[in-house]
Amino acid sequence: MLELAHLTAGYPGRPPVLRDACLTIAPGEAVGLQGPSGCGKSTLARVAALLHRPDHGTVTVDGHRVHGWRHRAPRSLRTRIGVVFQQPRQSADPRLTLADVIAEPLRANGRRAEVPDRLPELSRSVGLTDELLTRRPHEVSDGQLQRACLARALALEPRWLVCDEMTSMLDASTTAALVGAVESYRTRTGAGLLAVSHDDELLTRWCDRTVTLAAGAAGSAGAAGSAKDLDTWTS
Amino acid sequence: MARARLWTSATILLAVVLAVLVVPPLTDLDQQLVAFSDKLRPPTPSHPFGTDDAGRDVLLRCVYGLRVSLLVGVVAALVATVVGSTVGALAGALGGWPDRLLMRLVDAFASVPHLLLGIFVVAMFRPGLWPVIASVGLTHWLSTARLVRAEVLSLRERPYVEAAISGGSTRWRIAVRHLVPAVLPRAGLAAVLMVPHAIWHESALSFLGLGMPGHQASLGTMIHAGRGSLLAGDWWPTLFPGLFIIVPTLAIAGLAGVWRERISPRRRSELML
Repeated sequence: MLELAHLTAGYPGRPPVLRDACLTIAPGEAVGLQGPSGCGKSTLARVAALLHRPDHGTVTVDGHRVHGWRHRAPRSLRTRIGVVFQQPRQSADPRLTLADVIAEPLRANGRRAEVPDRLPELSRSVGLTDELLTRRPHEVSDGQLQRACLARALALEPRWLVCDEMTSMLDASTTAALVGAVESYRTRTGAGLLAVSHDDELLTRWCDRTVTLAAGAAGSAGAAGSAKDLDTWTS
Repeated sequence: MARARLWTSATILLAVVLAVLVVPPLTDLDQQLVAFSDKLRPPTPSHPFGTDDAGRDVLLRCVYGLRVSLLVGVVAALVATVVGSTVGALAGALGGWPDRLLMRLVDAFASVPHLLLGIFVVAMFRPGLWPVIASVGLTHWLSTARLVRAEVLSLRERPYVEAAISGGSTRWRIAVRHLVPAVLPRAGLAAVLMVPHAIWHESALSFLGLGMPGHQASLGTMIHAGRGSLLAGDWWPTLFPGLFIIVPTLAIAGLAGVWRERISPRRRSELML
């Protein structure tokens, strides 16, 4: 289970963007998170990926209560969660080739020896050709780069995937390909998914259930199991 | 325009560096050769820059002086850049109280005029090359530290750094693989821009009589020594060392300017397309 309980989170010097939000994702479940701009969707996703320390509330990953965030989170815990961000340009180091981008998590975890086997497998699973792997981020399109970012997130076979607006910069066919790649990975491994988007239709088709986060104040992404009515949140 | 500046600067700098490297070992001219019968001669074909008040050839002493200045400039700029980058990178990467502590240290250093601080450092040792290098290096790392810290602060929030954290990278790995390569061009530029500054600083210390010992040619000590005869209308012992300070520093600054244009954000965004 990936459990986010009573989260209040924000950024220094501003009122919190997220107040008392709760969300529980079961293994194998796909949860969509939507809401207007600035309502804290991405902040919630960053907290779930252990990249942002909430002011209050708890995060529990597979029964392990999280006490540290970013580097302070134990490596075994933070590598359980794969993340894909909205902007591929910002998410890949401009100095590395796509092959290095994808292989980075393996190398960072002392699994360098697996790279020759896993790299072709990973790039094939997201639909990248070998020729693209030798290029640097500025030499490929946004869609190709986002595929590489997804492959990087899948490299360590995480039990949970957090996709923060993964497809909002991309065209329809690339969106379909990426969602397809995520889904085939989930079918194979039974990983849970938190997909953040403002695209209602995409989330409805993609996810088992969708929860809505209201703008600003007292938003609480519906408790496990049921998405609450949008109207009750927009007062 | 940029091309003209690049070539002019590069040519001047190449000529100067060649002169400084090649002339002293290849010629057996003695820069210390004193000839009182020839003192304060205006420029002539045998002494193109004239002679000083002890009859020594000003051109030859300028070349030897510039050798000292360039050595001090390059080594001191390296020292300043290494110290500044380390402090800045640590402050930016660690954040929290180490950041506040290190930056207050920078503020404390910056609150003392750096010439005064430099004088304090050289005053602790006997005059010579290394105290001057230490003095310049230890007073000029502040701006580099601020620059590197700002750069690291902006980089550590980038999604690719967050993705690396999520992928299990350690702080050290992120620093070596993502932060240092990104900061290096700017830190290198800061180092090059530091060289002229360090040369001026060395000249100022020598001019005040605190840098090189008086007999050893340095552009600062030459101007210091030539000052007396300037009032009598003998302009060459001060003018030529002055030009030897100004022209190479302008050439270095010109090269640095071209480099800065290359790594400017506008240029970088063009590359992204």
